[in-house]
Amino acid sequence: MSGAMALFVVVALGAIGWIVARARATRMQAEAGRLATNSLPSQHGWYVALWTALPALVFLTIWANVTPALVLDSVLASPAAQTLPADGFTRSAILGEARALASGARSAAFNPLSTTLVEPFRAATLRYGGMGALLAVILAFAGGVYGLSRVRPAFTARNRVERLVMWALLGASLIAIITTAGIVASLLFESLRFFSMVNPLDFLLGLKWSPQSAAMGYGTKDAFGAVPLFWGTIFIGAIIAMIVAIPLGLMSAIYLTQYARPQVRKWMKPILEVLAGVPTVVYGYFAALTIAPALRHAATTLGISGASSESALAAGLVMGVMIIPFISSMADDSIAAVPQAMRDGSLAMGATTSETIRKVLIPAALPGVVGGVLLAVSRAIGETMIVVMAAGLAANLTLNPFSSVTTVTTQMVQLLTGDQEFDSAKTLAAFALGLVLFVVTLLLNIVALRVVKKYREAYE
Amino acid sequence: MTSAAPLSQPATGRRTAAPTAWRGDAMRRRIARRYAAERRFRLLGLAAVLLSAGFLAFLLVTMVGNGARGFTRTEIALPIDFQHSAILIDPAALTGPGAEQAIANANLPAVIDAAANTAFGEGGARMISPGAQLAVRKAILADPALLNGAATITVPASEGVDLAAKGHGGADEAAVARLKQAGALSTGFNLRFLTASDGTDPTLVGIWGALKGSLLTMSITLGLSFPIGVFAALYLEEYAPRNRWTDLIEVSINNLAAVPSIIFGLLGLAIFLNLMHLPRSAPLVGGMTLALMTMPVIVIAGRNAIKAVPPSIRDAALGIGASPVQVVFHHVLPLALPGILTGTIIGMARALGETAPLLMIGMRAFVASPPHGITDPASVLPVQIFLWSDEVGRGFIEKTSAAIIVLLLFLLTMNSIAIYLRNKFEKKW
Repeated sequence: MSGAMALFVVVALGAIGWIVARARATRMQAEAGRLATNSLPSQHGWYVALWTALPALVFLTIWANVTPALVLDSVLASPAAQTLPADGFTRSAILGEARALASGARSAAFNPLSTTLVEPFRAATLRYGGMGALLAVILAFAGGVYGLSRVRPAFTARNRVERLVMWALLGASLIAIITTAGIVASLLFESLRFFSMVNPLDFLLGLKWSPQSAAMGYGTKDAFGAVPLFWGTIFIGAIIAMIVAIPLGLMSAIYLTQYARPQVRKWMKPILEVLAGVPTVVYGYFAALTIAPALRHAATTLGISGASSESALAAGLVMGVMIIPFISSMADDSIAAVPQAMRDGSLAMGATTSETIRKVLIPAALPGVVGGVLLAVSRAIGETMIVVMAAGLAANLTLNPFSSVTTVTTQMVQLLTGDQEFDSAKTLAAFALGLVLFVVTLLLNIVALRVVKKYREAYE
Repeated sequence: MTSAAPLSQPATGRRTAAPTAWRGDAMRRRIARRYAAERRFRLLGLAAVLLSAGFLAFLLVTMVGNGARGFTRTEIALPIDFQHSAILIDPAALTGPGAEQAIANANLPAVIDAAANTAFGEGGARMISPGAQLAVRKAILADPALLNGAATITVPASEGVDLAAKGHGGADEAAVARLKQAGALSTGFNLRFLTASDGTDPTLVGIWGALKGSLLTMSITLGLSFPIGVFAALYLEEYAPRNRWTDLIEVSINNLAAVPSIIFGLLGLAIFLNLMHLPRSAPLVGGMTLALMTMPVIVIAGRNAIKAVPPSIRDAALGIGASPVQVVFHHVLPLALPGILTGTIIGMARALGETAPLLMIGMRAFVASPPHGITDPASVLPVQIFLWSDEVGRGFIEKTSAAIIVLLLFLLTMNSIAIYLRNKFEKKW
């Protein structure tokens, strides 16, 4: 709690620094005249506030990361800790228990030894917490006094504050690069560890996926063949979903832009966009609860063999519906980008509206539509919840849409939500799958954007 | 087109196959065919729109139809004769501060089971939900005088009775018929669904724990992604020099917006959990992961909003002596704010419905009490829906759908606010 208190005090001191410096600068400005001062009073205020709060906040952050180690050291040095067993595991269990007791997170101890350590823990936490808070407040005062001492008419407070603001802006935009680097690094690092256990060729070309058998110690040779997963992903995301989404999305876009009255368009467009806003877990539940049983029933009535209650078709159909708004809005954009002269020319030659659309607008807009479809595919293969809930877990290499297939994302969830030992090939396989998914979606996006851009340039 | 017959065509009685024979039969047939194709195409388009909208309606109707009953519960009027029961409590203990403790030790479950068995015959205890205890406990605490006599207390029915009474059938239909005959059955609003957390019995579960987890997670996400997103958008749009670094930043942001959400879950798992050792399943980690996912959305929306502010505003501010920072923070940012807020709300709505990355960072634990802080184990609404959808108990179906209704209501509200903001503040310069 002392950490939160110190934070509050530091921020409050910063606010006080702002008020004092502003008042001082206002007085100074009144004496020296407005034109003789470099900066506005509030800018002096910000300068002092930053000097007060920033160093203390930085110190508090560092301190919060250092204290646990310091506390542990002093607890281990205390007389009560001399009776601790040397065995590393029980030792850390007892220490963890004592820490939880001291902080009040737990009320009763499992191991009686840990109760004797509660007092040293509490004392050390209090001591280091108090020390940190005191140092932070001193630092805040020192910074504030230094800042106040520099409030002069000619002092360039504005430039200094603004330079800091610019650094903050730059820092914020670097977060994107850091995140990308973090994704690439973590995926690559863990995947390399996986590929040191499993041959990459076995992974990319193997036909048998059964990570459970690897976990049970049957070796990794035949356990991590990911082709059934890739096929399931393509079958659901790029084939079934697109068979649903492309005609519906394209025709919706055509109808709404070319035929519908403005009033209809105004209402129907947002309604279709709602489809993209429904959470995927809702789609997944809907697919598993309503669509999949109905499809299975239909399949058994028709006498199709291998019908399962979790089917590629159920997941693909619902995913296709989810994708409709993407295709529709991309098609909308690219049809709107076709020059009016081409449409007018076709109509003037006596073509009907549908002939104009089919023979002039769609061919002209085709690159944009294809780009949109590629983006939609990249979105569909990265989609997780629908397939987790509706597509099943059996790694089948099948063409039957009524049977259960599994996908890359389903298996990632499956591999990472069981036991979590971080050295097993089973857990690391999820990262290898993630790397494949990341690379494929990235490539799809790059190609799609290039196609769209090239075509835009053609008409500009 | 059809009536515009060229004048040069001699009006002969013979039918010709010449392409310009506008009144010829072949031409009329061809035109009729073309118009039919036109109508068909148009109908096809209309069918596509109606089919898509119909699917949405089907989805919503299914969810509301399944879920509406999740907000109600079947209640049974249970007569309990406290005076002649096996209750182990001293009425005097109920007035002091130890009342809760005294009643917890009062052997209430056995008393309730016995009362149910006497009232509704053998097997009566199975008609009562384990939550009946809470109702009885509350009734006794409110009026300790009850213990001196007999009372009829309304208690929730068990899962089987609840489902049978709601028309889902099952083995308890006979019991429901019996209860109905006795006039003991009634339907009430299931307040517990809005105030309790996850549990093992569907008559006891609630969404408050998950909702609180969602709110905590969303506040972390908003607190991180909004300032970072807005700052990055301002930098890229207003200050960034055109060089390779800026290009790299832009490419990263556009890529991040297209990365599948589950990859962010892997990032959170590898960096926040395994590298930084932050607590598993906590709103802090979930919020940070979702913030990384939401930030690109805010940056892209923010850049578009900032781009829409006309340059004359900047020129005017610079012209009267404002510094570049003042131009942006005093003039550009306030004018672009409605657009940025709209994008932020849309990004937050997406984060609120997101499940996959949170599963990756361990947010699928059974959490039976609402989190107290951002480092406590918590669940969030979509994950709760996912967990309940996996439950085998039939009573969970309506609870899942009811939780979906709550989630959809939240999303609908957020999106409506976004649309309202856009319409109210959208400016044509």
